[in-house]
Amino acid sequence: MRVLSLGRWLRAGRVPPRGRVRLNSGHRHSGHRPQAPPQGPAQVPPRVPHQQKVSVEVLDHLEHLALVDFRDSEGVERLQKAIQFADQLHEVNTDGVEPMDSVLEDRCLYLREDDVTEGNCTKELLENARETVEEYFVAPPGNIPLLKLEEQNTYLQGSK
Amino acid sequence: MRIAIGPSGSRAPQRSAPAPPAANGLPPSWPPCQWRRAVLRQDGGARPPRRRKGRGLSAGVRWRRRRRAGRTMLRASLRQVSAALKEGRVTPTELCQRCLALIKSTKFLNAYITVTEETALKQAEESEERYKRGQPLGILDGIPIAVKDNFNTAGIETTCASNMLKGYISPYNATVVQKLLDQGAVLLGKTNLDEFAMGSGSTDGVFGPVRNPWSYSKQYKEKSIPKSHSEDKEPDWVISGGSSGGSAAAVSSFTCFAALGSDTGGSTRNPAAHCGVVGLKPTYGLISRHGLIPLVNSMDVPGILTRCVDDAAVLLGSLAGHDPKDSTTIQDDFKPFELPNLTDVSKLSIGIPKEYHAPGLSSEILAFWSKAADLFKNAGAKVVEVSLPHTRYSIVCYHVLCTAEVASNMARFDGLEYGHRSDVKDSTESMYAATRREGFNDVVRGRILSGNYFLLKQNYEKYFVKAQKVRRLIASDFGKVFRSGVDILLTPTTLSDAAPYTEFIQEDNRTRSAQDDILTQAANMAGLPAINVPTALSERGLPVGLQFIGRSFQEKQLLTVAKWFEKQVQFPVIQLEEVKRHDSGVFQQQKSASFS
Repeated sequence: MRVLSLGRWLRAGRVPPRGRVRLNSGHRHSGHRPQAPPQGPAQVPPRVPHQQKVSVEVLDHLEHLALVDFRDSEGVERLQKAIQFADQLHEVNTDGVEPMDSVLEDRCLYLREDDVTEGNCTKELLENARETVEEYFVAPPGNIPLLKLEEQNTYLQGSK
Repeated sequence: MRIAIGPSGSRAPQRSAPAPPAANGLPPSWPPCQWRRAVLRQDGGARPPRRRKGRGLSAGVRWRRRRRAGRTMLRASLRQVSAALKEGRVTPTELCQRCLALIKSTKFLNAYITVTEETALKQAEESEERYKRGQPLGILDGIPIAVKDNFNTAGIETTCASNMLKGYISPYNATVVQKLLDQGAVLLGKTNLDEFAMGSGSTDGVFGPVRNPWSYSKQYKEKSIPKSHSEDKEPDWVISGGSSGGSAAAVSSFTCFAALGSDTGGSTRNPAAHCGVVGLKPTYGLISRHGLIPLVNSMDVPGILTRCVDDAAVLLGSLAGHDPKDSTTIQDDFKPFELPNLTDVSKLSIGIPKEYHAPGLSSEILAFWSKAADLFKNAGAKVVEVSLPHTRYSIVCYHVLCTAEVASNMARFDGLEYGHRSDVKDSTESMYAATRREGFNDVVRGRILSGNYFLLKQNYEKYFVKAQKVRRLIASDFGKVFRSGVDILLTPTTLSDAAPYTEFIQEDNRTRSAQDDILTQAANMAGLPAINVPTALSERGLPVGLQFIGRSFQEKQLLTVAKWFEKQVQFPVIQLEEVKRHDSGVFQQQKSASFS
């Protein structure tokens, strides 16, 4: 059974337009009250030209990395839209800014003493697994790679 | 035979030997008011009804009063109920039974995935024993609580509203759940959510969407059904917000006194605003995340949903503190606090971030926001406009960081150790792929794939590291504002009141999340505490809430101000109509909604 198939989800089409945004006129208020919305809302930024559509190789690579499939063209569209949405980040000037991993970066990470405080729960852990043999989880044979691109029935096969 | 009636007949009947019965079997000297209550005797005579000793109320009246008290008890706050339990005015078992009965009658809301009836009653009985001995474990002893279904609960199914974990029985309790149980709380069940907490409407779980209890409130029905329509037509039900929609709906419909949610991008505050309850997102690192199935490790926090700010403080006091099992909790000592009754706000400085006047913000909410700012100003507080220039990028930043962390966190679901497992046996990888294909829905798969894209070697610097840099800019925006003397920020929580379900599902999950999280997300980015306080009802009769954001680890100040505000606005109580007669019809609709 082919579980990951590129299928007929590729289509040559242009990037779909973004959703419509309602701009609120707002009220005129004195200083401390919220003013009219600032220009350039997040949902419709200046158009950053998307470099290119994601190639089939990258899509295949993603499917193999993630071990989930796009399933259909909608899935690929979703990815394209997500990338387009993320491209807005490039408007921000981040020169000289360090990346932030955690908001607690100025505190020391807590490390406890290397003493065994709990464990011996083999039975509970094995209860949730569907296939077990004695104290092992059972997996199908490894070292068999997922079907390669050529072996799959893809939309592109016809065009090659 | 003459029968005496009229004023002279209203004297109390004689208790001497009964006169021969009249044609109706009653002595003629009795006044008519006594005829109906007369007790007929075997010999054909009758005797007057005996005078009742004691309160003088019939059993029926007493039963109705107890039922009303029970219903009123369910509407009380956590502290009031705790006091009642201590004084013996109500027992934990009775409370638990009432809550379970209400859960049954509000089943159409779909707020609960699992209702743990037997366990709850057992816990309630144990609590009752403790109260009898005069040794309650604390203020939470015997209080019914609900927990979102992405917290592990030992022996109880934990599904995250996903096919991947259907049937998964956790072997351990999450730290927050354990803390609640240690204090004697009664766990009623696990509440519904968006699949793996991804979403802003609680509409994408496999158990169906959660309905907002306000859809069935008198306030909403009055405003939404035009007079010309027939009375039987039901208005469209509205969403409860997400992703902790089930928890918010459970608290809002009085089935429990408090509920746990989780907050990654606003998942506690958004449903709290839509369901008219208080939703608290504590500072990142204050409450342990051990046992909370993670979405974004650097932003997740367990959230608290209650009906008033005092109750949120009580729950926070029970849950906060260092946990050796969660290395991201801070080691500082946490002391539970009582909220003071603030009377003087003149020393307070409230900031109004202008960027939160986002496109799409409804004019109603804008008006409430302005009124709230005026309220503080008129009470003597200093209200200033502030700027958080990178706010509009927070949703994009969240999108990249969230998908990247999700790609990593969802990698654990391979079907081998727990959860759903596919029948494909060709190879390990194909089994993993099939399991994940069958177990995850479109939203989750979409995020995993996007996350993997952003983490590819060629994209890592461009997207992931860039997003982390933007995150620092956002966090430092907040830092600058708080350093300039502002104590609390006041912002709206949502762009509008709850949307009807049919309208909400027109757009896909990512678009909706991007729209709805815009006001709540930045607080998660910076790890700051934030709380939604229900403020007023919109024109459609639905709740609208306002958000307060405080400094890191200054929950006491945040909650004190929130409590003051709550007292000023006096948010109305939901008037849930008797829905029993609608049960069968609505349940049919619910079935079709969950299988659509």
